[in-house]
Amino acid sequence: MHNDVKQHAQKFLQKGLRLDGRTLLDYRSVVVEYGAANGAEGSARVKIGDTEVIVGIKMSVEKPYPDTPDAGCLMVGAELLPLSNPEFESGPPSIDSIELARVVDRGIRESKAVDMKALCITPGEKVWNISVDICPINDDGNLFDAASLGTLVALKDTKLPTYDGKSVDYHTKTSQALPLQKEPIEVTVHKIGKYFIVDPTTEEEGLVDARLTVATMEDGTLCALQKGGNHTVTLQDVETMIDIATAKAHELRKAL
Amino acid sequence: MYKKRFDGRAFNELRPISAKAGIIKRADGSAMFKIGDTIAYAAVYGPRDLYPKFLKDPEKGILRCNYNMMPFSGSGDRVRPGPSRRSRELSLVIEKALLPVVDLSDFPNSVVDVFIEYPQTDAGSRCAGICAAAMALADAGIAMKDLVVAVSVGRVDDQLVVDLNYDEEAYEDGPVADIPVAMIPSTGEISLLQMDGEVSKEDLLRAIGMMKEVAGKIYDVQKAALKEKYTKGE
Repeated sequence: MHNDVKQHAQKFLQKGLRLDGRTLLDYRSVVVEYGAANGAEGSARVKIGDTEVIVGIKMSVEKPYPDTPDAGCLMVGAELLPLSNPEFESGPPSIDSIELARVVDRGIRESKAVDMKALCITPGEKVWNISVDICPINDDGNLFDAASLGTLVALKDTKLPTYDGKSVDYHTKTSQALPLQKEPIEVTVHKIGKYFIVDPTTEEEGLVDARLTVATMEDGTLCALQKGGNHTVTLQDVETMIDIATAKAHELRKAL
Repeated sequence: MYKKRFDGRAFNELRPISAKAGIIKRADGSAMFKIGDTIAYAAVYGPRDLYPKFLKDPEKGILRCNYNMMPFSGSGDRVRPGPSRRSRELSLVIEKALLPVVDLSDFPNSVVDVFIEYPQTDAGSRCAGICAAAMALADAGIAMKDLVVAVSVGRVDDQLVVDLNYDEEAYEDGPVADIPVAMIPSTGEISLLQMDGEVSKEDLLRAIGMMKEVAGKIYDVQKAALKEKYTKGE
């Protein structure tokens, strides 16, 4: 990013404003749509400002992992589609898409959002596998929060397909929802100089020194963290960032 | 005997179509094209610098298409992300379907990238992708002779039909032929023609004739969507 844009943005931040006129801890408008792909067992479309993400869930019956023979599996994948941002390229998953998928995965997994034991069909042999796929349509910043919100909504939207003990019939859904027990929400707080912002645009993401993604549950318990960016944060920063994230998660919950 | 179509359409009737231009703000041009339950998003980036260098053409820009199904967009199992033999072939034929209408002679050494993505599909995805891509190229301001219109026609048992859906492609009580066709509406020239199944020469020609008859309907939807974006002054 150009140095003059950087300086310009810094001046704005001093006044408590962003390049697009928002205040530092303002989210853009959040729109959540249940069901965005009819071939998926559950799906969601999330728009945060101009950022748009589709998340879809496919259910399949697989052999469980040997260390958890009586629990279902969760797999989260993200593809930074070159359709959504001129800087994304086709090819094998980039490191950024891997980080995005893993951070979203951790929020769902560690909160025990889904009761994985309830997804066991025959212990040691057959369990339901949840495949979550994150597809950005337009990337104007803050894919982490959009993807994690989309994933939660898609999980809530999911209905199991029919399974007769041999094969899955994807054309007949049952009325059985996933056994959801928690609703974790991830909010990423970004640090630019000494200022904290949430929900950056791609332009602002170019200015960020450090970021902290915080996943919280309804009662405020933290269930996953990821620090990113090239600069360090102090313990005091971490405390502030967690407070901001918890308060913002509370606001985002209303969009569900 | 295929007397009545699974979804109740007339044999020469398209599924409901809708389209919208400029749906992806970061792209230089973009469009959504929906036919029945098949939805294609297309984004155009460029003309922009082309790497790797050996692909550069000093005479004119190149067109590069990329067809990709989202992992949850199939009708059954999850589609593994990343290119497959199928998606690479479709990328190629889509590119060849669009190439005749675009003029990239003003942009030597550059590329115009077209990315096509599907959140959901119910057959006819390459044709929906071509319709969306043609609109996205126009939206990006690329010099074009015309748009490109595409839809599959074919045979289900003893009937010739327009715009097969998945149930018809999977028809098992008789022979099926699926014939995706792309046409340049102003000249009637064909820029994509594929076929799989069984069909006589006479039926093939009749089926292409049926495609020509409905092409205008798709063309109108494409033009209306482009006009709508630009009359709003976005």
